[in-house]
Amino acid sequence: MSDINIVDAPPGIEGSGFFATSLDKVIGLARSHSLWPLPFATSCCGIEFMATMGSHYDFGRFGSERLSFSPRQADLLMVMGTIAKKMSPVLKQVYLQMAEPRWVMAVGACASSGGIFDTYSVLQGIDEIIPVDVYVPGCPPRPEAILDGFGKIQELVKNESGRRRNSDQYREMLASYGIQ
Amino acid sequence: MAGVTNHELVTLLTARFGGKIIGVNEPYGLLTFETTKDVIIDVLEFLKENAIANFNFLTDITAVHYPGKKHGIAVVYHLHSMVKGVRIRVKVFIDEHHPEIPTATTLWNGANWMERETYDLFGVRFEGHPDLRRILNMDDLGVHPMLKQYPLEDPNRVDKKDEYFGR
Repeated sequence: MSDINIVDAPPGIEGSGFFATSLDKVIGLARSHSLWPLPFATSCCGIEFMATMGSHYDFGRFGSERLSFSPRQADLLMVMGTIAKKMSPVLKQVYLQMAEPRWVMAVGACASSGGIFDTYSVLQGIDEIIPVDVYVPGCPPRPEAILDGFGKIQELVKNESGRRRNSDQYREMLASYGIQ
Repeated sequence: MAGVTNHELVTLLTARFGGKIIGVNEPYGLLTFETTKDVIIDVLEFLKENAIANFNFLTDITAVHYPGKKHGIAVVYHLHSMVKGVRIRVKVFIDEHHPEIPTATTLWNGANWMERETYDLFGVRFEGHPDLRRILNMDDLGVHPMLKQYPLEDPNRVDKKDEYFGR
């Protein structure tokens, strides 16, 4: 007997021998439970992420057992820690190397807003250079907060329209960051 | 340990460089003196090579900005004698509008990054340095941020006003 839970099917029309739902929902369901995160850890938030990956908090429960250390195979960029302005071209390059669809999570006060480093050498939030989907507050956030933020990302992934990444609105948003 | 006293060091230095060794002081027992930029490399080489002092280790190179003074930039060298267990501090005051001083990379390879850092933060140009470019800040920063001519914070910034944080 196994006590493993399986996610519920998306809403759809069911009958004998068939089940009909929209492709977006099926793809979203599959994607959201197998996100490959790329940890971009530069400081103490990265240490909290290590705890999140560890057996006690077990990030793998949410389908993110497999970290991707190549941006080309990653779905989710997790920026954890202070990003100095000198580092920002590197972070942007990593983001550009990720294939669509891609999501970004800013973990902690520094990645979200510069945090206590209100100074000339530190980027005042990574949203100055790349678009961010979810911000996780905290200095550093506890693993529970990181998991909660990841849950928010999963909701975004589940409910994203398959056409969103091709829309003019999305292109304009990227263009506002000087991408494409 | 066969140490060497500060008094012996001062005698040694003044015997060799005479009036070029000025402002001798010993705050907390650390022998400190000033010299000029035309003899600084000779002074450092003398401290490094002579058998009595033998300051073979360059601990740090940094600078201090004194705005408004005639020679407003002090370049500071910290040396350490691994043999004698003694430290020494050498300061050179240079013109803040033309902060130029010979490089110490001819004596210690370790001076390379220290001088790059001092250039990055204070704009001191080390003549003869093999690769004098910024080391900590982004290349297009355009300023030398540790100089005291900049306000601590832009008074016109609006993104971190207290009202946004319920204060």
